[in-house]
Amino acid sequence: MTETVRLSYADAIREAFRFMLQNDPDVFVLGQGLWSPWYVGNSMTDLDKEFGTQRVIDTPVSESLTTAAAVGASISGMKPIVVHPRMDFMLYAMDTIVNQASKWRYMFQGRSSSPVTIRSIINRGGEQGAQHSQSLQSLYAHIPGIRVVMPYTPEDAYDLLVASVNCKDPVIYIDDRWLYDLSSDFCLRNRPVLSLSEITPNFIHRGDFATVVSSSYGVEASRRALQAFSSEKPCDLIDLRAISPISEKSMEVIRTSVRKTSKLVVVDAAWAECGISSEIIARVFEGLAPSNHSICVKRVTLPAAPAPCASSLESVYYSLERDFLTYLEQL
Amino acid sequence: MNLKSLCDPFAPIDKPSVGSLAADELVKLHQLMCRIRFVENRIAIGRKEGLIGGPVHLSVGQEAIPSALSLYLNSDDAVYGAHRSHSHVLALGGDVYKLFCEVLGKIDGLSGGLGGSMHLTDPSCGFMGSVPIVAATVPLAVGSALAMTLKKKNNIAVSYLGDGAMEEGVVHEALNFASQFSLPVLFVVENNLYSSHMHISQRQPGTSMARFADANCISSAVFDGNNAALMADQMRDIINDMRRNHKPFFMEAFTYRWYGHVDWRDDIDVGVFRSKAELNAWKERRDPIKRIEDLLISENVMDSSAIALGKSHLKTTIDLLWDKALDCDEPTSDTLLDHVYFFSK
Repeated sequence: MTETVRLSYADAIREAFRFMLQNDPDVFVLGQGLWSPWYVGNSMTDLDKEFGTQRVIDTPVSESLTTAAAVGASISGMKPIVVHPRMDFMLYAMDTIVNQASKWRYMFQGRSSSPVTIRSIINRGGEQGAQHSQSLQSLYAHIPGIRVVMPYTPEDAYDLLVASVNCKDPVIYIDDRWLYDLSSDFCLRNRPVLSLSEITPNFIHRGDFATVVSSSYGVEASRRALQAFSSEKPCDLIDLRAISPISEKSMEVIRTSVRKTSKLVVVDAAWAECGISSEIIARVFEGLAPSNHSICVKRVTLPAAPAPCASSLESVYYSLERDFLTYLEQL
Repeated sequence: MNLKSLCDPFAPIDKPSVGSLAADELVKLHQLMCRIRFVENRIAIGRKEGLIGGPVHLSVGQEAIPSALSLYLNSDDAVYGAHRSHSHVLALGGDVYKLFCEVLGKIDGLSGGLGGSMHLTDPSCGFMGSVPIVAATVPLAVGSALAMTLKKKNNIAVSYLGDGAMEEGVVHEALNFASQFSLPVLFVVENNLYSSHMHISQRQPGTSMARFADANCISSAVFDGNNAALMADQMRDIINDMRRNHKPFFMEAFTYRWYGHVDWRDDIDVGVFRSKAELNAWKERRDPIKRIEDLLISENVMDSSAIALGKSHLKTTIDLLWDKALDCDEPTSDTLLDHVYFFSK
């Protein structure tokens, strides 16, 4: 008999940490604010009390050191998860991520490797302004050697975290605080551990009118827009789950949909320039026959500006759902 | 010796002393140092002849430091280096032929030719990795020390860095973290007084890096880095203590590189301070190998003819390994993407 529980996205993250800390002595967590309710929402509440402050380590304000220490521990055989409560903060760790973790296996022909998990939280809105709000996934998706995953569903929030920690490659796992209250019924017992090299996109909706590709919070914004849109024009809404690398098998899932709908919209709650949306469109076209090239293409993204503080501007800045709906209605 | 004497090659040096080192430790020290020097000189020639395609950062003159430490390290310790790390691998017993092949970009290299001189690894002897991004491996060593603490092992992590690396912010984060969390990481500053072409007086308000250990409440020791016997004698107890008590230590060793920053040249024509006179004084008055040989002779461990014979054999062996490495195959194009991910396409 399967035992189903209702878990929020944040609960699912916390349960994934609990599962791994309970079952794998090599797993430990470090990062800023892990002993405080301020930094990581309710996604890690009381883990320090349950598993001890030796394995759930709140750190000095040293993003660069903290990330590199996690990489070093992974080189020495542990399965560390380093947590950055804002994606903005981990830019201090760029050398460790880009030069070290991403290249360690390749430079050393697999004789040494750095299977670290870097959990990075997007926490937009709330008049936090330019340096507490960013979605920088594209920066990391540019780099060969590291994987980037962005869960949308509570199930994926759990499964992709467990998969990241058990993956033999370094992984950046990005969760979005605007998803923390989504909830699902699911069974925690005996969940299979996913292999990140094999996962493919999920269909959240199916339909013939247009192909909508998105990830993380962008999927939720798209889902709401589609709900408000004509029910007579159902769309394929595809959740990428992994944004780098994206396998050819995954791209073929998207292309199959595009061949059917002839309309491709990529919704990314980040900037368009050199971003995931551009990448998806390019990859789709590279694999389509010339006879399929008369396809209607659109990127729905954040404006090319830092996040403003003033609420009057913030509501314009975060208008992904509205922008997408407007586009759909004129299509 | 005072600080000024450590940096000034014209100042008098301490009379060599064997301390509590055993005869076989002295012999081993000498062998390791000669191994490093002959390999580095061979690489310098290979680079000058154009047989090595990429840049090489050579450690001739600095052989004493890793040789002294490696007597007391084992393959379960985690050692990290930087751009000038051939000596670190060789002191740990790393394979000369594989190092030659790596520097030459051949398939029998330590990393099959994917890394080259500036990206070395040899986990079989405890050498986890070296990279040329200055100071990048210092926090990695802290992470390995954290892993050892969590696994309750008696191993230590070793981080080799230079005086230039001390100018990077992450080093200070690393010292703070290692001290605060009491992690068994040995910071080894090979202070060769130069960062590329820049003398330390042009870069920092102080000459000794140990001041940063004090600032972070880490015990430290400052050495004449060309006095192998003294370093070995003192570091043995310090390393044993680190294994037992799980705490960091900061070692600073003053030394001098005989070759320039990169490749085989003297670099006496770049920067402000480095001169032929300074270089010659370090070679003639502070050669770490000559000093250990004086000790071997004065302690009646070996006579000069036995020393010369041993060095001649070693040099011949190394030359043969170089020739063998030149004959090794290069990696084939079908392997380009093999190690980007664990499951590569």
